[in-house]
Amino acid sequence: MTKELKMELKEKLVSSFLAFEEEYTGANDDLHKIRNQAIKDFETMGFPSRKEEDYKYTSLKSILKEDYSLFPKKENAIEYKDIKKYLIHEIDTYDLVFIDGIYSSHLSSTTHDKIDVCLMSSALNKDLYKPVIDNYFNKLAPKNGLNSLNTAFTKEGAFIHIHKNTLADKPIQIINFSTGNESSILVQPRNLIVVDENSHCQIIERHQSLTEHPVLTNSVTEIFADKRAIVDYYKIQNDKLSASLIDNTYIEQQSESFCSVHTFSLGGKLTRNNLNFYQRGERIDSTMKGVTIIEGKQHVDHNTLVHHIEPNCESHQDYKGIFDERSVGVFNGKVVVEKEAQKTNAYQSNNNVLLNDKATINSKPQLEIFADDVKCSHGCTIGQLDEEALFYLQSRGIPRKEASGLLMYAFANNVLESVKIPEIKKRINKLIAHKLGVELGFNL
Amino acid sequence: MLKIKNLHASIEDKEILKGINLEINPGEVHAIMGPNGSGKSTLSSVIAGKEEFEQTEGEIIFENTEISEMDPEERAHKGIFLSFQYPVEIPGVSVTNFMKTAINAHRKANGLEDMPANEMLKKIREKSESLGIDRKFLSRSLNEGFSGGEKKRNEIFQMAMLEPKLSILDETDSGLDIDALKIVADGVNKLRSKDNAVLLITHYQRLLNYIVPDVVHVMVDGKIVKSGGKELALELEERGYEWVKAEKAV
Repeated sequence: MTKELKMELKEKLVSSFLAFEEEYTGANDDLHKIRNQAIKDFETMGFPSRKEEDYKYTSLKSILKEDYSLFPKKENAIEYKDIKKYLIHEIDTYDLVFIDGIYSSHLSSTTHDKIDVCLMSSALNKDLYKPVIDNYFNKLAPKNGLNSLNTAFTKEGAFIHIHKNTLADKPIQIINFSTGNESSILVQPRNLIVVDENSHCQIIERHQSLTEHPVLTNSVTEIFADKRAIVDYYKIQNDKLSASLIDNTYIEQQSESFCSVHTFSLGGKLTRNNLNFYQRGERIDSTMKGVTIIEGKQHVDHNTLVHHIEPNCESHQDYKGIFDERSVGVFNGKVVVEKEAQKTNAYQSNNNVLLNDKATINSKPQLEIFADDVKCSHGCTIGQLDEEALFYLQSRGIPRKEASGLLMYAFANNVLESVKIPEIKKRINKLIAHKLGVELGFNL
Repeated sequence: MLKIKNLHASIEDKEILKGINLEINPGEVHAIMGPNGSGKSTLSSVIAGKEEFEQTEGEIIFENTEISEMDPEERAHKGIFLSFQYPVEIPGVSVTNFMKTAINAHRKANGLEDMPANEMLKKIREKSESLGIDRKFLSRSLNEGFSGGEKKRNEIFQMAMLEPKLSILDETDSGLDIDALKIVADGVNKLRSKDNAVLLITHYQRLLNYIVPDVVHVMVDGKIVKSGGKELALELEERGYEWVKAEKAV
């Protein structure tokens, strides 16, 4: 039964491919080849099942059974006031806003001044960008069913290119809205971010449904950080309970670059984050941090990989989770240290609080170390709130509910310390406090 | 102010308090002394409402209200304060933010609006200065990485901020060097008035040189076996606890 349903979406996708491909009249012939190959790969590999080790604790079954609309019609009814609250609007930013996968020019603000913040569709179609596309597009995402599916239907997304020796003058927001004009929808954003030598940018990404209809997002982002580049990426995942997200983010770093990804998973039905770092130089720093706070039947899965290839590099992973009711969390953190990658420092920690007997966390560190002179640590904790600490707060007059909120807030808080944009920190603080159902008695 | 009658309490079916009677009036300082394991700290936790302990018998009457069934926060709102022997470290919450949260929780429980920010800051400044607390200390995470002395001073700072009617100081002197002890004792003495009361739980007499009690009780095996004036503490210091136990046995 399930298998048939699963086949249905897969077959629908494969059979729609021709029509989609015919529509494309761009100049880049190579893209045709890439897409045609990708749909073949998807046809062979299909969607991942729980038989695969990486999906042992996360079944996509329930989200693949919907009859998703693949090509939504253009609809521009959305105004700024409808979406303002989902943007970090307190500061000046470049904005790339997509509605049902279609670019919305009136809600966006782009630039070509020293940096390119524009659309994947134009980058794919214009000769000007061909060298960058040829060099980087689809060069990093590993070949698997979900990535191939996204590649086959690549059409729109963010294209960001920070040229050599440039500081992006403001953060860039990539926001994908779904409107529910269709009963259910599959969207597949495709982002390419290339940060040249000595350059710096900050990116905020959000997927937000404006409807109660089911939405499935299968997003692929490839990020290239050249020598001494700094990239800070913030993912705000606070979607409706009808929306699911499979986020696939791949980062390649050259020598002395710093990249960080913060993932805040507070909403959504099912969220799967595939986050891979590939270190292709020396003295690289890769940081990934996450806060997950979920309840009900929500499911959040963080699947990370750091591939240490060269010597003298570092990686830092710190994921915290708070799980209530019947929610399910998964953390699968893989660290590979190649033989040449001596003097690697790799840290990983995953700490969880279960607020309910029915909540589940599956935490699985995987270390594959082939070098002998390295420091690698990993730690995982699963616990309840500390009764002694609760009593301490209560004895100061703080009601138990607020006291447990304060403790949970404090538990998640140190992940926020490394957030460099104060407005994001403030926003996440508020979301966390709201999510924990407490009005903390101090200004966040 | 506080009347404890025939209080029995146990943890995991093991009886620790075996019939405590104690009465503390406004303006008084009482000290409870006793050997390790006599139940002193349990008594302070039970008065503050720690749920781990089961009160099996007796009454705790505070300001004419039976509080045995109240949550710890309700007891705090009524004016009971417990200075912990081992204050808990709470990373991620600064001393200032914690204090604001606690003060406003008290005010809310008493039907008052939040304290205006400038008033709060002024109060925090005054109280911290009077205890010789460095301003940098206030933005640090609560008790995290504090030395023993800093933790205890921070407890007294919280007491000064919350202005309780009854302050229970559980082994506040343990782990303090003489200078820190003087600062803490000085802080407590400044807060004494004819309307509030202090209950000191201590092992040693030396704290009582600085905070002079009106009444000294000796607790042995879950019971108060002897009460007297401040000179009783000196006698205990000199002769140990054995003679009290012996006297009791006779």
